[in-house]
Amino acid sequence: MPKRSDIQKVLVIGSGPIIIGQACEFDYSGTQACKALKEEGYEVVLVNSNPATIMTDPIFSDRTYIEPLTVPYLEDLIARERPQAILPTVGGQTALNLAMALHREGILSKYGVELIGANEIAIEKAENRELFKQVLIQLNIDFPKSGEAKTSDEALAVAAEIGFPCVIRPSFTLGGTGASIAYNIEEFKVESIRGLEASPVSQILIEESVLGWKEFELELIRDRKDNVAVVCSIENLDPMGVHTGDSITVAPAQTLSDHEYQDLRNKAFAIIREVGVETGGCNIQFAVNPKNGRVVAIEMNPRVSRSSALASKATGFPIARIATKLAVGYTLDEIPNDITQKTPSCFEPTIDYVVTKIPRFAFEKFPRSDSRLSPAMKSVGEVMAIGRTFKESLQKAMRSLEVKWWGFNPLSERRKIKTEGSWVEGIRNYIKTPKPDRILWIAQAFREGITEEEVYELTAVDPWFLRQIHELTQKESEISKYRGKVSHISREQWWDWKRLGFSDPALAHFLKATEEQVRQARLALNVKPEFKCVDTCGAEFEASTPYFYSSYELFGDSFPESKKDRVIILGGGPNRIGQGIEFDYCCVQALFALREEGVESIMVNCNPETVSTDYDMSDKLYFEPLTLEDILHICEKEKPSGVVVHFGGQTPLNLSRSLAQLGIPIMGTSAEAIQVAEDRDLFRELCTRLKLKQPESVAVTDPENVLEAAEKIGFPLLVRPSFVLGGRGMEIIYNSRELQKWLRKKHEISEDSPLLMDRFLKNAVEVDVDAISDGEDLLIVGMMEQIHEAGVHSGDSACSLPPFTLSSKVQQELKKQTELIARELKVKGLINIQFAIENDEVYIIEVNPRASRTVPFASKARGIPFAKIAMKVMLGRKLRDLKIEEKKMDLVYVKESVFPFKRFPETDIVLGPEMRSTGEVMGVGKTFGEAFGKATLASGYPLPLQGTAFLSVKDSDKEACFPIARDLVQLGFELVATRGTAKYLKDRAIPVRSVNKVNEGRPHIVDHIKNGEINLVVNTSALGVHEVGAAYELRRNTLMRNLCYFTTISAARAGVQAIGEHKRVSPSTHCLQEREL
Amino acid sequence: MSEQAWKAALYLENDHLFLGRGFGAQAMQGGEAVFNTGMMGYQEVFSDPSYSHQIVVMTYPQIGNYGIQAADSESPTPLLKGVVAREYFSRPSSWRSEMSLGRYLDAAGVPGISEVDTRRITQVLRDEGAQRGIIFPIDSEDETKIRLRGRELLKQVPVMEGLDLVSQVSCKKSWEFDEALNQKRNVQGTIVVYDYGVKWNILRSLSSRNFRVRVVPYNTPAQDILAERPLAVCLSNGPGDPAQVPHAVQEIQNLLGKVPVLAICMGHQLLARALGGETFKLKYGHHGVNHPVKELSSGRIMITSQNHGFAVKTDSLPAREVSVNLVNLNDQTCEGFLSENMRTMSIQFHPEAKPGPSDADFLFDQFIKGFVL
Repeated sequence: MPKRSDIQKVLVIGSGPIIIGQACEFDYSGTQACKALKEEGYEVVLVNSNPATIMTDPIFSDRTYIEPLTVPYLEDLIARERPQAILPTVGGQTALNLAMALHREGILSKYGVELIGANEIAIEKAENRELFKQVLIQLNIDFPKSGEAKTSDEALAVAAEIGFPCVIRPSFTLGGTGASIAYNIEEFKVESIRGLEASPVSQILIEESVLGWKEFELELIRDRKDNVAVVCSIENLDPMGVHTGDSITVAPAQTLSDHEYQDLRNKAFAIIREVGVETGGCNIQFAVNPKNGRVVAIEMNPRVSRSSALASKATGFPIARIATKLAVGYTLDEIPNDITQKTPSCFEPTIDYVVTKIPRFAFEKFPRSDSRLSPAMKSVGEVMAIGRTFKESLQKAMRSLEVKWWGFNPLSERRKIKTEGSWVEGIRNYIKTPKPDRILWIAQAFREGITEEEVYELTAVDPWFLRQIHELTQKESEISKYRGKVSHISREQWWDWKRLGFSDPALAHFLKATEEQVRQARLALNVKPEFKCVDTCGAEFEASTPYFYSSYELFGDSFPESKKDRVIILGGGPNRIGQGIEFDYCCVQALFALREEGVESIMVNCNPETVSTDYDMSDKLYFEPLTLEDILHICEKEKPSGVVVHFGGQTPLNLSRSLAQLGIPIMGTSAEAIQVAEDRDLFRELCTRLKLKQPESVAVTDPENVLEAAEKIGFPLLVRPSFVLGGRGMEIIYNSRELQKWLRKKHEISEDSPLLMDRFLKNAVEVDVDAISDGEDLLIVGMMEQIHEAGVHSGDSACSLPPFTLSSKVQQELKKQTELIARELKVKGLINIQFAIENDEVYIIEVNPRASRTVPFASKARGIPFAKIAMKVMLGRKLRDLKIEEKKMDLVYVKESVFPFKRFPETDIVLGPEMRSTGEVMGVGKTFGEAFGKATLASGYPLPLQGTAFLSVKDSDKEACFPIARDLVQLGFELVATRGTAKYLKDRAIPVRSVNKVNEGRPHIVDHIKNGEINLVVNTSALGVHEVGAAYELRRNTLMRNLCYFTTISAARAGVQAIGEHKRVSPSTHCLQEREL
Repeated sequence: MSEQAWKAALYLENDHLFLGRGFGAQAMQGGEAVFNTGMMGYQEVFSDPSYSHQIVVMTYPQIGNYGIQAADSESPTPLLKGVVAREYFSRPSSWRSEMSLGRYLDAAGVPGISEVDTRRITQVLRDEGAQRGIIFPIDSEDETKIRLRGRELLKQVPVMEGLDLVSQVSCKKSWEFDEALNQKRNVQGTIVVYDYGVKWNILRSLSSRNFRVRVVPYNTPAQDILAERPLAVCLSNGPGDPAQVPHAVQEIQNLLGKVPVLAICMGHQLLARALGGETFKLKYGHHGVNHPVKELSSGRIMITSQNHGFAVKTDSLPAREVSVNLVNLNDQTCEGFLSENMRTMSIQFHPEAKPGPSDADFLFDQFIKGFVL
């Protein structure tokens, strides 16, 4: 069937900011969808609130809108663009929910817009658990016993029928938000109420627990002629009870016989047909009882998902791209398989390697929250590794994670486990509960002599996986026999170990040697990997897509030869807080630049969610861990003319020195310059030389000297360990008592890891400046003024472009200083500098001679692809030759951050120097107020235009609070405030009611919030100080009720401005392609 | 209970040598090396009599994971000559597993070799075509010597083309397949299956549709079968070169038009020859469970289970008698044809699956509804 000609214009809905459960895999799927639609000649309209995405780059669509993903904005946009169809299946749960809301509110029918890919009925059937259950009953497919409830009384009745343990799942949430397990009635009461609150429709599903069962997932694709194929099967190493996004997963399924697998396949086909996902991708999860093979269906997603991104990378079958083509009318046999080019897409990929995915967590950022894994997803990123065997693939994935695992690092008894009894008893207890590091403890259990049978009893991890881990730990003792005798190791020995996936640092550990010694010794015996190709077909057909992975085999796949210069771009690795999609955006732009300049582009990355690991973004893709060892192998194979470390964030930057020392040509800004910027002493010298100001600071290497040094600088102080990203461990310390407390609970101080202390600039304004230097000229990418005061991590602070309070004199000064530093460091490419301005005095906080998080935001705001330009400069082009068209900046662009607080119940929402946001949104407006209001809205909080505002500010903010209160009253708000704040305002003739704090008797403020009597919350406290008690209660309730809130005075000031602006004019939408030159 | 490990070599006709670790029977065996791309279902593959005289290279690297269970076998014993795997597991994990793959192969005298680069071997077979190979135990590391020995040993291995294997694997006496027969209420009559090396799941697929199933030797005279007045005759799958079973072809000619005929795999090739069509050897065959086949009449695409080294030349078939209705979408080869006049359905792949998807299971019903009942 040919493509549909009755539609010409398609609206693609993106997934919005990066949040837990919905990350850059939807940038990958959305980018593929936009490309596929354009390829077919459709006019593509894209809406997404996330400026860091690659899909919102104006080249991927005809009309790009970075606007809040809410019904009113979407309606405005539909009315303006009049698309005939909406593709709602590539933007995650956000897009699906939004499409359903548009349907329910009659907007689709009003404008005659059709949902393609999955229609309203199919979405409803798959998403509504009761309807899905009916589908399963009809198909005679088993499922866990379950019942729905809308009140806690109903919930108790259902639980009585099902028994314990049971799973509580809130309806219509993404990534299983709020799902939990209750083992008894008390836990159930608490969890069911939480669940009802988490569900947007106040509805929960209570489900029979299938804890400990094996979990499988099938990725399916279907066309309008009812042809269905399985793209990939995935088996979870962690048994049921852990969200699949938090599980270690393996593709293909490892422990199913054909008999059992075909049974799952038949069931999955029956489900997709009955639900009626007409065209496109979907995934279905099953649980299998390991004792008798009983199969139950768990759930279905009628859209592309995180798993389908993984399945695409694991097999080479681009699900989102194909699904999009199917949505516009093609059938599977009409679409060629890009990789083989000779065969069609209607087949089931077969792979001849093993893929392992391991999630990456950020519990260290939320110290009070529980790190037990559960049915609610908590991971912030993931890595994938490809190996010829599970052992190789697992160990590659472990070292890709960048959590200092070089494999199965042994754990020593010094690591305290909070349990009674002996070390071994402690391990037994520990591995009962799934946690991010359980796999290391399982290996430790084997080292301590705990049997496979016992570990199985404790973990329910399939014995097949346990045996492999056990075999690896057994190998360690063989390796250790050669301790200190590296030169005595035979080629066969090295070969055997490397084939099992042991990394050089792992071998170095067991051999008591250095990584360098291990590498030299094995290379001397020619022990090195070959590179094999991902080809969808197990080598049955010749493949033409250069998508490679390494493995210790004697033979490699043949490579397309090219005489061009080659440049390797190192990616950012797993998403984590502080390093995410922004860097992938930069890498992809760099790849485009290489292509435009006729240079062969080679991408190295290990994050399956990204666009950079889409095989057609680069000339060659290596899906490999970003470690020295793995990168050196690629360099030896490719002999690149340059390696680029500046776009992938801190990950590749940290490797720059080691690579340079081994003679690998680092492009652009040199490894030495990077070192100067990263090394505190060298950088201080540089600032002194250039006569630039820094806040007074000191590095202490002896714990004895800390207090004295602190007194010298004066409080408040900013303390942090060196070499950090995202403000890890950074805190503001207000007095010596706090400092002592901090010292007691934090890391050791030594020569190798000094403690850094800076004078904290109170009430300063922070500015992020990004620029490109070609050695002669400097191009300012953006001067982004932060809306929160200094002390809030720049990654967490909202910011505005252009700056909204800075005088032009200060802006000139910032540019001058940027130029000075760029010249001194001989920067070639991007540089990011963080400045703080206190009383018109400019201080330098930090310099990063690399692409920063703000580059994509600035690129979208200014309509210039800066990362691409930077890459060209690194290739030797001059800025003045590149003819960069400066566009008019007649609009204001505000970036706002998005936080995962709802996922971490014990966490305070107060901002501080440690970064905790996962993503960002952008608001565009004619005024700062309009833009900030839109950004607030896009970040998920409705901006109230009337009602009651609650104020409670710390003493030092009281004065600044007065104008805010006055403006709110003028805007028609009623005010309530806690006693202190109320008194201050009353004394200044502001009408305000005083209200009890939580510990002051009832009704108190949380009662009012719960009753829906409060529309806006302004609550400030000491930055980064996480409280328990009354203030914490207040803030958590504000968060859970989804109230618009501000935790700093500067944000509140901006918020009031936004409310005023939004009351004055109704905000408009702006198309990126429409801006004037 | 650990299995013995031994050093093994795989030598291929075009002078390729691979050294690895042996499993299964510590023996020397040779045959035509082919690759199979299925990721699961090794037991069904190894017990399929169509692999008689072949060495099967599994492209999926890990073999043996879930062991062996009697219920999944497709014949009494594996007839293949050897198994090649990247990694072999002697300690399977499955609630259904009854023994390890190694023990199963050992009992049948079949050697396996692991720790070899199966992707490379697959590429050799893909680029140079299927070729003879031999697996044998070695005790030295001297590659030159091993290679010489391989060359010597290979001389004993016959070429697949021109090999009549059907007579070797077919049953010697007719027998009744009665698995689950007692559960049947209304037996609708008998279907006779010519055994060219039949897979049990063909028998199960017919039997479960309420037929009595009689399996007869490949050379049973057609008139003996017709005398029994069966509702239909099924020509089974089987190993080797279809050109070398002229006797079977003659008997098929005597059946055509007199009784509905369902032909599968080898049966399909023999039927084509009986109709005057030609068969030819594919470069490296179709062996896997992911081949897309399109039914031209409906446009429906099925993912099929395939195992054949020979194929039917589409344009050699008598166009007036038959219509080609099934086509392989990867290489456009003939996957099946129909003849309304002769009430005959012919299928190159395995509608009975095992291993692989059961997408084509409906073809049994189509045959029965269209031609039998």
